[in-house]
Amino acid sequence: MEKLKKKIRSFSFWNWVIASIIFRLILIYFPKNLNLCSRPEVSTPLTSFRRLAEGYWLKQSSMSPYAGSMYHGSPLLLSLLGPLTVKRIEGQPNHLLYSLVSVIADVVSAMLIRATGQNLQVAYFGTLKSLDLVKQIELSGLVPLAAFGWVIATHLSLYPAILIIPVHLSFVLAICDLLLGYGPDAPPRKLFLQRHQQKGLSSQSKLPPGFSWGSIIHFAFWALLWSVYVLVLCGISLKQFGGLWEMFKSTYGFILTVEDLSPNVGVLWYFFAEVFEFFRNFFLIVFHVNILFMILPLAIRLHHRPCYLAFVYVAICSMLKSYPSVGDSALYLALSLPSDMQFSLFLFCGYVGVSLLSPVMHNLWIWRGTGNANFYFATAMVYACLQIVLVVEGVSAMLNHDRKLRSLILDKPRDAKS
Amino acid sequence: MAFLRRPLLLLLLVTHQFLQLWIASGSVNEEGQKQEEFYEELLLKPLPDRKVLTHFHFQSSAPPSTSNGRHHHLFPKAISQLVQKFRVKEMELSFTQGRWNYESWGGFDSIPSSNAKPPGVELWAVFDVPQHLIDALWKNLTHTLSGLFCASINFLESSTSYSAPEWSFPPALGNLRYGTLPREAVCTENLTPWMKLLPCRDKAGISMLLDRPSIYRGFYHSQRLHLTSTGFSSEGMDLGIILEQTLTVVLQPNIQRASLARTSEKHIQPSWSLSSIFGKEVNGKCVLAETSNVYLLLDRSLVAELKQLHKENEKSAEIVLTSENFWTNSNFELSAKPDRIFIEESSLLSKNSSILYKFEIEKYSEFKPFDLGLTWKIPVGWMCQQAPLHASRFLMGSGNERGAIAISLISTQPSEGSMGANFDGERCELRVDVFQVVPWYVKVYFHSLQVFVDQQPKAVSDIIGTIHVSPSKDKVSPGVMELALKLPCNVSSAALTIEFDKGFLHIDEYPPDANQGFDIPSAIVSFPNFHASMVFLENDYLNKSPLLSKFQEKSPVMSYTEVLLVPLTTPDFSMPYNVITITCTVFALYFGSLLNALRRRVAEEERFLKEKAAKKTGRIPLLLSKLSAKLRGRRPEPPHPPPGSSSLVNSKLVLKVVLVAGLAVCWQYYIS
Repeated sequence: MEKLKKKIRSFSFWNWVIASIIFRLILIYFPKNLNLCSRPEVSTPLTSFRRLAEGYWLKQSSMSPYAGSMYHGSPLLLSLLGPLTVKRIEGQPNHLLYSLVSVIADVVSAMLIRATGQNLQVAYFGTLKSLDLVKQIELSGLVPLAAFGWVIATHLSLYPAILIIPVHLSFVLAICDLLLGYGPDAPPRKLFLQRHQQKGLSSQSKLPPGFSWGSIIHFAFWALLWSVYVLVLCGISLKQFGGLWEMFKSTYGFILTVEDLSPNVGVLWYFFAEVFEFFRNFFLIVFHVNILFMILPLAIRLHHRPCYLAFVYVAICSMLKSYPSVGDSALYLALSLPSDMQFSLFLFCGYVGVSLLSPVMHNLWIWRGTGNANFYFATAMVYACLQIVLVVEGVSAMLNHDRKLRSLILDKPRDAKS
Repeated sequence: MAFLRRPLLLLLLVTHQFLQLWIASGSVNEEGQKQEEFYEELLLKPLPDRKVLTHFHFQSSAPPSTSNGRHHHLFPKAISQLVQKFRVKEMELSFTQGRWNYESWGGFDSIPSSNAKPPGVELWAVFDVPQHLIDALWKNLTHTLSGLFCASINFLESSTSYSAPEWSFPPALGNLRYGTLPREAVCTENLTPWMKLLPCRDKAGISMLLDRPSIYRGFYHSQRLHLTSTGFSSEGMDLGIILEQTLTVVLQPNIQRASLARTSEKHIQPSWSLSSIFGKEVNGKCVLAETSNVYLLLDRSLVAELKQLHKENEKSAEIVLTSENFWTNSNFELSAKPDRIFIEESSLLSKNSSILYKFEIEKYSEFKPFDLGLTWKIPVGWMCQQAPLHASRFLMGSGNERGAIAISLISTQPSEGSMGANFDGERCELRVDVFQVVPWYVKVYFHSLQVFVDQQPKAVSDIIGTIHVSPSKDKVSPGVMELALKLPCNVSSAALTIEFDKGFLHIDEYPPDANQGFDIPSAIVSFPNFHASMVFLENDYLNKSPLLSKFQEKSPVMSYTEVLLVPLTTPDFSMPYNVITITCTVFALYFGSLLNALRRRVAEEERFLKEKAAKKTGRIPLLLSKLSAKLRGRRPEPPHPPPGSSSLVNSKLVLKVVLVAGLAVCWQYYIS
């Protein structure tokens, strides 16, 4: 019976995989206006495929890829993915090859997320075994891999830099796993780190895990090594152009100063299109500090759950970053959500409603010219509120869950006494 | 005292006389050395579509001189100061309203290729300074010109509105800056300061004809100011400057009712005279001008057409054409007798040659005003000579997110006429230069450039010989694209398309009428292998006339495309406060609620509440709570003993208050 069930489950899983791949392939063949490549929800100035092609073209014609304000990505991506923008297959859409690559990346990332989830489950049920596993994996050299993932993710989109804290925390009792997370179609390329730990039912996990300085130094060493390596590679590829300073200015500078005001699913574009020039710098600082400000309180309260902490950080970043896309929220929605969360039905309905209304408002405003910018902005606002509710409820649900666990464990001895 | 005063007065008188003498001799010397000259000329040309082209040409020149701070007799002082201050080597400023109709008014002569200008203001200048100083000088120059000509040329100051073409703009000399304002409204307030630069203003000479209402009633008018300076090499020398002011107006003569009434004469070109198109006559020349002439130009193809008609009517066409009394023939009649007739040297391109009639204004006076009239007798139809390719530009796509610019070049030759292109080996190639500036909010994807020749897509590298691109930087610089196309000679049509995304601006960056859209300045299409020049047979005289010597210069054929109007999406201008407050509220919601969720310790709160309840009320609430706990199925929490006595709490409170007060006192003390 058990085997049959397992078989059925695995069969249905592979069915799902095949169905979703077919769906992605159908999406590639959508006509131009419906193509996800050109949707503002998916492609942002940072991740747009056409901008990558423009950067590659500029580089091929011996100009700096950052010469205009078109390309804001990494120079390494140009040499990796650039050739795909030029290669064409006769009779097929121009972006076919690139889209196929992104489909493969998506599938790989989905499989990795699944593998992480399975590991998590194993850790949840069998504590001691997983501890052995942890040690084994830590010894088998995942630390450099994690460092590499962190460095590359920071290099590509800056925000994962704050994931350094869960990484460090997780080294105490964690398996590190690298995830290559590509969002839906052309786009949100983001390598991020997913680390998880066994959720402790055991009495050991209740104890605040002490820092093991050795592993942190180990990690720091590898991170330094990898970042030097990445910077050297970038420097080589930008040698005849502006050099590294130009790269920092038009990648990180572009992210931090919110120069591009084209509409996306976030709220910052409209805010900075409307705010008075005099206060612009002030609000830039305020909004970015909002991300940084929450790092410490969250780390203090959720220090025993680095995996969940990483999830919260990813969610906050995708909510407050300057050029968000639905790819970012797809990433954190694919990760763990506490099951005993409040308002989950409300949130689900909200997400569905926003994802239906937002394209309609965008179409009315941009394409038909009958709508107003405020309608589209309102959907973005609702979306931001939903994400806020999700994060807050997620955090408080997790804290409640821990409290219940603690009270159960604390009460047990009392019960025994009485 | 009186006798003392008299010698003083005498002395004064003497010195005054002496000074006057000295000044007079000085001026005589100066005139002997070099002379400031002024020429005024007017060219009239009938156009095929029942219109008349009038082209005023005023030229004043100041030769280089050694003295500093020289006094000018004729030359406008403002211009010479401007040239010296900003080290301008060459500059051209044009104010244009209307669009030159290349198809019917011609595109190959030297008049359209140097006087057909894009609508609005166009300014380019070449500076004689090192590269790093140019931008600062350009900014000052735009402000000065803006003051001089009462126009908003100062908007060209910002780096987003001007560019530095490298080679595709014909007077490319390096150190060049180029800027246009397509939406500048041109009116008399720009013409008046321009006219102030003329020595006779509009009080005498040909410029008397400049009647504001009739000029601005025209289909096209372009007022141009071109200056060239020489002699920068030596230190002490002042500059020699040649200032060329032209005004090109295309007017429709008033059609007489009588001629219209007869249906048979509907196709006759309208007859006109200076007084009928301008409502004024010329009362003699401007006395300060060296020469003051009026020319009437008959186009090559018009002359050919007239010859054809002659052949039909009479047999001896050739004789009539060159004879002195050609001006009163069976086809048309001139009201004044021309002083001289020039015939163009027949060139390689066409067998026919255009004819130029010259009228000298000197002979006319107030009592015998000059009024040239042209009366057609028989219907004539002809075509002006056109540039090898007719360029037009349009936008593609809909919606406010993206679009594409297309430049289409259509051959003007009816069939595979051999255009005088250069033969590179065996393949005949027609070189076309395209210069296109796009503002930064039109974000062009240069990789999406596509070329179509005869409706067939071609590889970009096959057609485009040289390409120079400087991509636009947001809010810093516009995008510049310079292309050199190599088209096959027998091309019938070619098209370039390039895609763009529409940018989104800050609300302050939108102009007051934001929903009208934004202008993309005209592209310049030039044909470097073709030169427009008219060489007339009698060379000795021509050197004296600046207008005709201008015609003889080889100027590359160029044409401007249409200005494009791009509608951009607008945000809501009325509610920045709402957006700011709502967004900040959402951020506060995030911050506050998340912090609250993290800060809360539910168990402690419960305990605290219970203690409070226990303290305040007696047994009943305690029992109630026990009951409710039982109902919930939980063990009732045993009431903990209070952490401390009330007096202790009070003393703590007092201690806190004292501490805060002390801090406040200290703070106050140190601040003051």
